[in-house]
Amino acid sequence: MSNHYEYTIALAGNPNTGKSTLFNLLTGLRQHTGNWPGKTVIHAEGFFAHNNRNYRMIDLPGTYSLYSNSADEEVARDFIIFGKPDVTLVVLDATALERNLNLALQVLEMTHRVIVCVNLMDEAKKKGIRINVNQLSKKLGVPVVPISARNKEGINELLDTIDRMVCGDIETNPIVISYSRSIEEKIAKLVPLVQETIGNEYPARWVALRLLDGDTSLLQALQQEQHRLLKEVPHYACHCSAKSV
Amino acid sequence: MRATVPPNPFDELMNSAQSLSDGNTREQIVSAIFQTSQAICHETVTYTKQEKRYETEKLDRIFTSKLWGFPIMLAMLAVVIYITIAGANIPSSMLAELFGWIEGYLTLAFKAMHAPDWLHGILVLGLYRGTAWVVSVMLPPMAIFFPIFALLENYGYLPRVAFNMDRLFKSSGAHGKQSLTMAMGFGCNAAAIMSTRIIESPRERMLAILTNNFVPCNGRWPTLILLASLFMAAGYTGGWKTLVTAGVVMSMVLFGIIVTLTVSWVLSKTALRGVPTHYTLELPPYRRPKIWDTIVRATLDKSLYVLKRAVTVAAPAAILTWVLGNIHIGDTTILAYMAHALDPFARELGLDGYILLAFILGLPANEIVLPVLLMGYLSTGALTEVDSLYSLKQIFLDHGWTWLTALNMMLFSLLHYPCGTTLVNIYKETKSKKWTFVSFALPTGIAIAVTFLTTQIVQWLGLL
Repeated sequence: MSNHYEYTIALAGNPNTGKSTLFNLLTGLRQHTGNWPGKTVIHAEGFFAHNNRNYRMIDLPGTYSLYSNSADEEVARDFIIFGKPDVTLVVLDATALERNLNLALQVLEMTHRVIVCVNLMDEAKKKGIRINVNQLSKKLGVPVVPISARNKEGINELLDTIDRMVCGDIETNPIVISYSRSIEEKIAKLVPLVQETIGNEYPARWVALRLLDGDTSLLQALQQEQHRLLKEVPHYACHCSAKSV
Repeated sequence: MRATVPPNPFDELMNSAQSLSDGNTREQIVSAIFQTSQAICHETVTYTKQEKRYETEKLDRIFTSKLWGFPIMLAMLAVVIYITIAGANIPSSMLAELFGWIEGYLTLAFKAMHAPDWLHGILVLGLYRGTAWVVSVMLPPMAIFFPIFALLENYGYLPRVAFNMDRLFKSSGAHGKQSLTMAMGFGCNAAAIMSTRIIESPRERMLAILTNNFVPCNGRWPTLILLASLFMAAGYTGGWKTLVTAGVVMSMVLFGIIVTLTVSWVLSKTALRGVPTHYTLELPPYRRPKIWDTIVRATLDKSLYVLKRAVTVAAPAAILTWVLGNIHIGDTTILAYMAHALDPFARELGLDGYILLAFILGLPANEIVLPVLLMGYLSTGALTEVDSLYSLKQIFLDHGWTWLTALNMMLFSLLHYPCGTTLVNIYKETKSKKWTFVSFALPTGIAIAVTFLTTQIVQWLGLL
């Protein structure tokens, strides 16, 4: 089986949201697993095709945040920032939407190419939880697709949305979280410095926030990434020891 | 990592960010995100079954409240220990009787085959009795304790315990998840060492590894329960006896937790300096578990585990002890000779040479400490048939035991070095001889210091 692909999709989400169910449903047996380079974190990627387009999907480790508290969070964060996926698919648990949204908001600060996928809709219905998907999409500024991965519901709509996003048919306008005035002032001071140092390659507002939070590991990663770019190594990921499952 | 052209623009950037940021930046960022999530949900989510919605929240308001969280936790622990002690007595003595009955027939069979005495000694008096002891003393409490524990876990209560304990661990410089690895330690310290993998930061993981031993495991519960009921609750009868026993065992557990926190605190201020990292603890909704499923599975799992361990660890140790107790140098056995050598030091700790020797021979598994001790005390060199707890107490009294001896043995058992399996796991997990040694020496030092002080204070106060 050939694994050519034109587009890369990163799959992010909290633990226990059915992220892996969705990953397995989409990629089936076309999966590779290994470790992320230099980390003891499982790296899983899979391949699928839809409408004659070939996709590679990276199943990021399930995390509650992307603040580099752990190796898992660092891996997920680094891939979204440096792997530059064509789409980042954030899977949310419909029965715990409020808590799950925290991660989605963090991803939206990092990239605008996001599709939010609300999973476990069947379970939510049973518990009497109703989610206004259109309203949610309007609020977040990105497409929101309700699915139930277990029952294979909503999958086609999800694939079509992915398709339209990689074709550039979808304009997104991610929500901008407003922080307290003192933080906003600091961001305003820091953003020009960030742009001066790392250029416009990365989301400056987000980088500034991370720096204010004292995230040195991000800065190290940025620095290494620049070395890599100077040495013109073409791709970020994919040098894991992949083996066929 | 290589440095770029000096002055490094990245360093400058970091410096200016640091000069801007203050202590609670993270909190402000997180709370802004939480508020946004809340606001979005408020506009997009509706609940049609209101009564179901807040069930978990309502319960959490009680179970994790600042006021009630700890009292409820302590009460639960007390109830679990009480049920364990009250329920284990009868099956324990029934098992012991059963094994004694079987032993009679084994002896007859050996005689019928004209087997040599030493063979009967090693196999029946050493191997069989040692194994039978471990099974009959350990199995019943474990078969009660673990299903209850599993039920609490499946109801969703254990994560709340972790949530409550988090405050304590954080203030002692450790990771909140340490309370989870600690809870694992009640079952088996060796398994708990593996479970410390859930802690990311190497510093905090090391704290969890070094202090895990201070909660009594599977192999030490029976020692604590037995000594508490024989010596601490001696003046009581019936229900009160069980209650006092449970009270003593529980204060041992609490003392272990206090030592855990203190040691964590001291280490995080000295050898393992640093601040605790953030983590997210998911509190799952409370749900009624499949009660029978849980009980049956936990009972079977634990029973198999205890049986396996009895056969693989206790049985060889029982043989070794029998051999040491039956080979004579001059007119004393090797066992007695070793015990005499240890005696002066052990006396300082309020113990005696045999007790200390039992702890040393018990390095492979804490389960065999009491059996080895009894073997040592009985000049027959084999473990006696313990038909009743009172004959057991008589053996101890004959060897000059007081309540202080029992207390010191409980304290030593609670605090001393981890068992062999645990030490091997610590080496495997840390890959460091130094830290494995520390995890051996630190608890041992504390155990010696605490028992020494207890003995001196009691003698000084003239309480005996």
